[in-house]
Amino acid sequence: MSTTPDMDVATTASQFTTKDRPTWDLYSRCIHCGLCLNQCPTYRVLGREADSPRGRIYQVLLVDEGRLKLADEVVTHIDRCLGCLACQTACPSGVQYGKILERARTEIETNYQRSWLTEKLRRYFYGSVLHRFDKLASVAKLVRFYQRSGMQTLARSSGLLKLMGTQELDALSPRIDDDFFFREIGNVYPAVGERRGRVAFLAGCVASVAFAELNRATIRVLTRNGVEVLVSQGQTCCGALHAHGGYLEKARELARKNIDAMMADGIDAIVTNAAGCGAMMKEYGELLEHDAEYQLKARRFAAQVRDVNEYLAEIGLRAPKKKIAGRVTYQDPCHLAHGQGVRSAPRELLKAAGLELVEMERADDCCGSAGTYNVTQNELSMKILDAKMENVAAVEPEIVATANVGCMLQLRAGLERKKMKARVMHVIEVLDEVY
Amino acid sequence: MSFDEVITQLQGLLGAQHVLHRPEDLMLYEYDASVDKGTPGAVVFPSTTEEVAALVRLAHRAEVSVVPRGAGTGLSGGSISRDRGIVIVFTRMNRILEVDVANRRAVVQPGVVNLDLSAAVARYGLYFAPDPSSQKACTIGGNVAENSGGPHTLAQGVTVNHVTGIEVVLGTGEIARFGGKCIDTCGYDVTGYFTGSEGTLGIVTEITVKLVRKAEAVATLLAIYNTVDEGANSVVEITAEGITPTALEMLDGLTLRTVEEATHAGYPMDSGAVLLVELEGLREEVEEQAALVRGVCMRNGAREVRRAKDETERALLWKGRKNAFAAIGRLAPSYYTQDGVVPRSKIPQTLRYIAEVSKKYGLTIANIFHAGDGNMHPAILFDLRDPDQLKRTVAAGADILAYCVSLGGSITGEHGVGMEKNALMPLLFNETDLDVMHRLHDAFNPGVLNPQKVFPTPRSCRETGSASLPPELRRRP
Ligand SMILES: Cc1cc2nc3c(=O)[nH]c(=O)nc-3n(C[C@H](O)[C@H](O)[C@H](O)COP(=O)(O)OP(=O)(O)OC[C@H]3O[C@@H](n4cnc5c(N)ncnc54)[C@H](O)[C@@H]3O)c2cc1C
Ligand code: SF4
Ligand code: SF4
Repeated sequence: MSTTPDMDVATTASQFTTKDRPTWDLYSRCIHCGLCLNQCPTYRVLGREADSPRGRIYQVLLVDEGRLKLADEVVTHIDRCLGCLACQTACPSGVQYGKILERARTEIETNYQRSWLTEKLRRYFYGSVLHRFDKLASVAKLVRFYQRSGMQTLARSSGLLKLMGTQELDALSPRIDDDFFFREIGNVYPAVGERRGRVAFLAGCVASVAFAELNRATIRVLTRNGVEVLVSQGQTCCGALHAHGGYLEKARELARKNIDAMMADGIDAIVTNAAGCGAMMKEYGELLEHDAEYQLKARRFAAQVRDVNEYLAEIGLRAPKKKIAGRVTYQDPCHLAHGQGVRSAPRELLKAAGLELVEMERADDCCGSAGTYNVTQNELSMKILDAKMENVAAVEPEIVATANVGCMLQLRAGLERKKMKARVMHVIEVLDEVY
Repeated sequence: MSFDEVITQLQGLLGAQHVLHRPEDLMLYEYDASVDKGTPGAVVFPSTTEEVAALVRLAHRAEVSVVPRGAGTGLSGGSISRDRGIVIVFTRMNRILEVDVANRRAVVQPGVVNLDLSAAVARYGLYFAPDPSSQKACTIGGNVAENSGGPHTLAQGVTVNHVTGIEVVLGTGEIARFGGKCIDTCGYDVTGYFTGSEGTLGIVTEITVKLVRKAEAVATLLAIYNTVDEGANSVVEITAEGITPTALEMLDGLTLRTVEEATHAGYPMDSGAVLLVELEGLREEVEEQAALVRGVCMRNGAREVRRAKDETERALLWKGRKNAFAAIGRLAPSYYTQDGVVPRSKIPQTLRYIAEVSKKYGLTIANIFHAGDGNMHPAILFDLRDPDQLKRTVAAGADILAYCVSLGGSITGEHGVGMEKNALMPLLFNETDLDVMHRLHDAFNPGVLNPQKVFPTPRSCRETGSASLPPELRRRP
């Protein structure tokens, strides 16, 4: 039996208390073989077990065993996890790392006291901004004011950002749209030509204020390929950021709302252009497995969810009207490749659009964007990004394509850091140019 | 010197950020991929050979043990500290120092990941041949220490056949270099002697390895059988025919079904065994041998022999095999893998014996093995929550290994002895043999390096993963 004396870090009982606690069944699947280590971006940069998938799972186990306190150290290592799920792809033992992580984060939010300011910000962000589109719009307007009023230029040129250590954060924040997407919610867009399908479209929270144009392009590409698009009234944020942040109950609430709003009769699929939203919605079945009323509906909903790339590849593109030429390399968004196993669809679409696809090394390594990670863990995120950009640079692309807005922003920042010239585009934007 | 003093000096040597000493950090180095456990007293991350030498000298003065650790994918507890010593991790020494394409050599630091080296030289049509199934994670330092092999060992040999030079820090703290880029070195073959020494003779700080050119043609065949016996007989006959596959791997029914669930490699779920055969060489030669292999397999009762059409299909078949071990984790909360070796011709009877052991101890055993080398990997499935099962598992393992030795085989083919099988060494070596090895050991390592490993120790009690016990069964102090 283990001979480790219990030291001051130990407690005598498990520190987990919620009904969403990580269970033995989940973490004991890990046989600590280590095969996931080298696929983990944080382990590759930091070289520490504590920042590897195996080490994170082991810390969860130690906390549950009462050998380790749910204190600063554990929280730091769990916070540093990108949630990219590369470890889940690598794991032959079938460990559901994503679930363990989500549950560990729920425990942290419940049983660990963060600093006062962080706590307040997190509660505001997760508790009311993301899914309340009215509030989201006002916050976005404030940021837009900062970006457009000359304050940003002033802050940038005055060295104020540098002084505050927020220079990189500033470069990473999305440019807020002039025209939010909220007005379009409730609209129906008819198919062009013969109708080949009918889908419900998830507008998304952040996407609606910062990527409204991409949403419009998605609708154009779909309709021009013969798909009728419903932007269902009553939809809300998918809940991914909440679930990953440790607010599982909130995520459940949002899931129920979306299920009620979006499962219209006669649709073939529920489509999204954001990998993180797709991965989340495909998990609604599991998220609501203990909800007697919603469990069945949730499973049916989940089965209908498609990433827009996946959906387009499934129905097949119409012959493009124009051609686009150039060398493209494709960055796999984590929540598309590792989260949903969608790898070939976007590549097929890029080739169908006429581009020459050159594969970079480790295309499915995370770029370091990971939702809010590039803001909360900026320094580490930049190291992960720099490693990514080495591989991007090696194939000398003219276009860096990906299929998720978060990755697009991060990759743009990466190109700037490396002083590289290339266009970062969503696969949908590429398609929008040829239809 | 008190241990606190040791920590302070280590911090002085390496910088405080490269020394872990708080309990919560140390607990994360109490495991590797085996079932053994032991928490170190400190974990350090040196960046140069000189730093390694300095810290070994410090350990020597303070009489604290030192245990090198690569990725911790070892299956015999080799990188675990048994006496709260210092664990040296090589994640900061992970650079490829030189690729010499003309001479087909690479000079690497010990922390380079096996597959990363192959990826880095792929553009020259080269690769590093030793291919343990853990290659996407394990380090070349670990490969040298364990003399690791893999499916392609059959044709390419094990790690020792691919290392031409090393730089080592001895147990005294001296830095020595043996071999180089050339194959012929005069004097003793110390490089060979260090390879497979499991970190008990010295710490490898730089390695010169051979790079191998990719073959002109490859054929990957999958023979599907209803019974394990038919597969085992095919193996014996393939080699008896003078065919020289580069890999010859077998999975039994239980294993292949699990693997199929994990990887969708295309192994038929209702079969009793599959044999994976790979042939490499010149195009004509490969075609000729592929036909012969197909013939042998069919004669021995194969239901079907498939051939990978392209690189993607080949990769998929291999993905199944490479993930086989860890996929077994899906079957039971724990498993205990043996690494016995038997002469090839004795594989069928060994498999029958393993089936008897399984019945006798009432435990499920899954078989995956490098059939070409007679290197058996029976994985005994058990549930740690049941102390009786654990006892039976250990006994069943020892039983199988004793049988392998009785057939003229060995207790380990590639996973090493470590702290897991050291008690079994007397099965293979008598007192004089062990004494000679001890004297060799002492010449390089007076004591601080990786103690209580490889050699049988008087108190070789098994420390098994109590950490994975479910909450209700945990003993509270
Ligand atoms: C799923 C799975 C499949 C496996 N398949 C195979 C296989 O097919 N073939 C095979 O041979 N093995 C296999 N192994 C075992 C293991 O991966 C190998 O032994 C590997 O070489 C260990 O490398 P590592 O970097 O993880 O070393 P570690 O586990 O960290 O250490 C192993 C030993 O090497 C020593 N060591 C590490 N670095 C140094 C150094 N720089 N100098 C001196 N000593 C050092 C350690 O002290 C220890 O004794 C497998 C393991 C797993 C989990
Ligand atoms: S690959 Fe899976 S089983 Fe192995 S250490 Fe990683 S999470 Fe655990
Ligand atoms: S999710 Fe990504 S960052 Fe987190 S442990 Fe897994 S591989 Fe590492």
